[in-house]
Order: sequence, then structure tokens, then C-alpha cells
Amino acid sequence: MNRFKEQAMKIVFMVAACASVLAVFLICLFLFANGIPAIAKIGPLKFLLGTVWKPSNDKFGIFPMIIASIYVTGGAILVGVPIALLTSVFMARYCPQKIYRPLKSGIELMAGVPSIVYGFFGLVLMVPLIRNTFGGTGTSWLAASLLLGIMILPTIIGPTESALRSVPESYYEGSLALGATKERSIFVVMLPAAKSGILAAVVLGIGRAIGETMAVIMVAGNQARMPAGLLKGLRTMTANIVTEMGYATGLHREALIATGVVLFVFILIINLSLSLLNRRSENAN
Amino acid sequence: MQTNTAVVEPTVEHMKKRNQTSTADRIRSYLRHPGSGVLALLTIGAAIVTFAVLLFLVAYILVKGIPYLTPDLFSLEYTSDNVSLMPSLINTFIMTALSLVIAAPLGIFAAIYLVEYAKKGNKLVQVIRITAETLSGIPSIVYGLFGMLFFVTALHWGMSLLAGACTLVIMVLPLIMRTAEEALKAVPDSYREASFGLGAGKLRTIFTIVLPSAVPGILAGIILAIGRIIGETAALLYTSGTVAQVPNLMGSGRTLALHMYVLSSEGFHMNQASATAVVILLFVLLINSLSGMVAKRIAKG
Repeated sequence: MNRFKEQAMKIVFMVAACASVLAVFLICLFLFANGIPAIAKIGPLKFLLGTVWKPSNDKFGIFPMIIASIYVTGGAILVGVPIALLTSVFMARYCPQKIYRPLKSGIELMAGVPSIVYGFFGLVLMVPLIRNTFGGTGTSWLAASLLLGIMILPTIIGPTESALRSVPESYYEGSLALGATKERSIFVVMLPAAKSGILAAVVLGIGRAIGETMAVIMVAGNQARMPAGLLKGLRTMTANIVTEMGYATGLHREALIATGVVLFVFILIINLSLSLLNRRSENAN
Repeated sequence: MQTNTAVVEPTVEHMKKRNQTSTADRIRSYLRHPGSGVLALLTIGAAIVTFAVLLFLVAYILVKGIPYLTPDLFSLEYTSDNVSLMPSLINTFIMTALSLVIAAPLGIFAAIYLVEYAKKGNKLVQVIRITAETLSGIPSIVYGLFGMLFFVTALHWGMSLLAGACTLVIMVLPLIMRTAEEALKAVPDSYREASFGLGAGKLRTIFTIVLPSAVPGILAGIILAIGRIIGETAALLYTSGTVAQVPNLMGSGRTLALHMYVLSSEGFHMNQASATAVVILLFVLLINSLSGMVAKRIAKG
């Protein structure tokens, strides 16, 4: 009886462990099964490279959205990565012992704030600010990139700080002993030594930025046309799905799901490079 | 002995002092190496920017929202006059409980399999790890799409709390799995050996010895999951829907985050939206301090 129970529970545990495998399988199956036929119907080239999105005229080109996703993410990286890297250097090497705990929980809080709250903050504060300073409507590439740049800070700071901390102290001390200043030791010796960990953190940030939906919808303007400038509105792939899914039917709806498929493929590529990077940094240690 | 310590102590103090540089020394060094000085300033400046943004965000939301936290906002029924957040608040609790009831046992059992049963280098374990990693990188809108295609359409559940909760289960599963796995791994092997030595079976060892010692770590993961569920919008928009009511499990109802999204995208009730933001932010603050307390408990052992 006992033996039976042991065996039965072992199988229960194994089935539970397979839940994530099943989930990934189902996600791939349902997304691809619903999205691929639409891409085939529209024509892969017309879908991916078409520059006109007019569902009412049966024109489904998501090239503007792909470009917009890349632009917005690129802007977020430009804004967020330098600040995040320098802040993690501060956390790892400069921060006085006394204020370390509160600052660390501050970063955890930043990671815990939901994207809808960030979006609201962007909508009521940043958008009017941009409108009043630079003119235009305010909902723009600039607003989306600034907001996402803030949102990816905690995503990048956490792993970068631990990558910096895992560099052997002897590197730092050796550099000091050779007469380098503290800053030179950190930026010329320690940062390169933590390179693959930092790169993984940045890729994680890219993944978060490209998949972000609610915050971007609220500040990017969502015009379905080619991005026209820093102060003009644009529509990312994520925004395309959410803004139109509510009322879309037929081929339009399938085209939106296909947009999700393209986004999913982007994320899979990012995940893949992330796990390759992580493997490399594990080997390096 | 007494003389010994008296000799040692001053030397340690002495060395500490010698390793410290005075502010004047540091400034002199930066003047000699202006590049280093600029980098130091940039580093400290970036840290100030980061924390200033955080403080400003929290303060701005609180200042803007708190004046609108009126009793009207907490009346039980939602009408277009009072835009009450109460139904969404109740839905948020139901959604959190429902998701965790499924996700927590699933994640913990999976972790038990990975730590206690699976042999090293097992092919299945590698597949499980890769898929869990993949899941944790998928953005919530893709979960939302999948939930809509699978739970809402294919299983004919319609837009419902249950469909939303099941979507969230998949979303928080890798998080719970990973933290539970780490917590189980941190339990010393001597505990297991002692239990086996006393004649307990594997199952009994797991449930009475290993799991109880791993509770704080598992709890930390579950708290993080609660935080994600409360703030989630994109995954729920097309799975649980946005009706402002407290439904039964198969009915559509919005959570707090969705309530806030609907209000701010309609644009007629921005003040109530900022009040909702305050409520969400308070939850996030509460959850963060809870997880901080649990982390302290873990550190103490």
C-alpha cells in the first residue's frame, strides 16, 4: 500500500513538472495554428513588409509596427542602459553600507510597480510635459522610449549588480595596487570581466521593452503608419493587438493573432540568445 | 591573553584607518585624474536619477490620487456615476486566490520532482528547464492572446474569471517553480539522510521534513506571484474581460488594474483612475514589505 502511494505520488510530481512543457506546447500550437493561415492568406511578404495597415480595405501590412517596436525598444535601451549600468556600479561599489538596504528595496519596488501604473504616470505627466515643451500631441516615440527606459531600469540593475559582485575582489585590488584609481579599476577591469552577465541583463531589458503593452499603449499614440519622427506617434506590435482585438472579426482578427506570432518569434529569438549568453557566463566562471 | 588582544586590536584599527582615504585626499586624486572624477560624478548622478524617478513616481501618484479616495469609490455596486472600484477590488482577490490555488501546488510539486526525484542529466529535466525559462520570458500580451484562443474560444469558457485565472496560472508558474526549487535545494541533505535513517519513506521525508524547512523560500515566490497577478492587465483584457461586476466563476469581471486601464483609456474619470492607482500602489508596497520580511527570515535561517 505504502509502496503504491510512493509510486503514485512520484507520478503526480512528474505530471506537475510537465505542466510547463504542456503550456509551452499549447501556446505554440494555438498561436501558430491561428496565425500562420492568416499570414499565408495575406501573403508572408505582404504581411511582413507591407507598409499599409487598413483592415477596412483588407490591407494588412505590419511593417510599420515591427519598425515601431524596434524604434521604441532602441530608444528605451539608449535611455535606460547607461543609467542602469552606472546605478549598478553605484550599488555594487559606491553605496554606503547604511543606505544599501533601503535602496535595494527601492529597486525591488520599482520592479514591482505594475506597467499600468507606469503607463498612467506617463499619460498624466510625461505626455503633457512633452506637448508643452516640444509641441505636437505629446503621445510619441519620445514618450514611449522615455517611459520604457525607466521601466527596464530594475530589470537591468538587478542582474548587472550581481554580475559585478561575482567578479573576484582580487581583480579590483590588483588594479588598485598597479596604481589605477577606483574608477579606472571599476570601469576598465571589473566591467569587462562582468561583460557576459551585463550583456544578458541588457538582453533581458530588451525582452521586457519589446513585450511591454499597457504602458506603451497609453503614451505612444498608436497611429498605424510608418514612424515619422521623435515627436510623432507610432504603434508597436503589442499595441496593435490590444487596440483592435476588441472589435476585430474574420481575417482582421487572424491578422492580429499573426501579429502576436511575429512578436512571439521575436521573443523566442531574444530568449534563445539570452540562454546562450547565460551558458557562456556560467562557463566563464 | 589580555595583553594579546590589547596588541591585536590597535593594529586592526590602524590598518583600517590606513585603508581609508580622507575626502581631501579623494578630491586631490580626482583633480590629478579628471577622467576618474567625471566617472565618479556620473555614477553617483545616475544613482540619484534612478531613485529620484522612483520617489517622484510614488509621490506623484499618491499626491494626485489620495484626494479622490472618496467613500463613493468604495460602494458595493458600480454605477457610471460613482465608478466604484469595489467590485474590481473583490475580483482582484478572487482572481489572486483562484490562480494561486492552482499555480502554487503545481509549481511546488514540479519543484519537488526537479529537486527530489529527477536524476542528474535527465533529458526530461532539461526540457522542463528550457520550457520554464521560455515561459518566464513571454510577454503578458502573448499569454492574453493564448488565453483568448484556448480557454475563451477553444474550451468555450467565454470571457470569465476562470479563463483569466488559468491564463495567470501559466504566467506565474515559472516564478513559483524557480523559487520553490531554490528553497528545496537550500534544505541540507543531512535533514533527508537523518529522516531516511529513522526509517521514514521518501514521501514522508518530503512532506514532514523538507517542505516545512523550505516554507519561507516558497512563500517568497508566492508573494512575488501575488504582486504580478495584482498588476496584470494585458493578459486579462481578453480573457477575464472588463465588465464592472462581481460575477460567478464563469462570468466576466475586471480586476483593479483593468479597472484603471478602462478608466484612463476612456478618459472621463481620470481622477478616479488616479485613486485606483493609489490602491494598486499600496498593495504593491504591502507586498514588497512582506517579501522583505520573509527574506529577512530566510537570511536568519
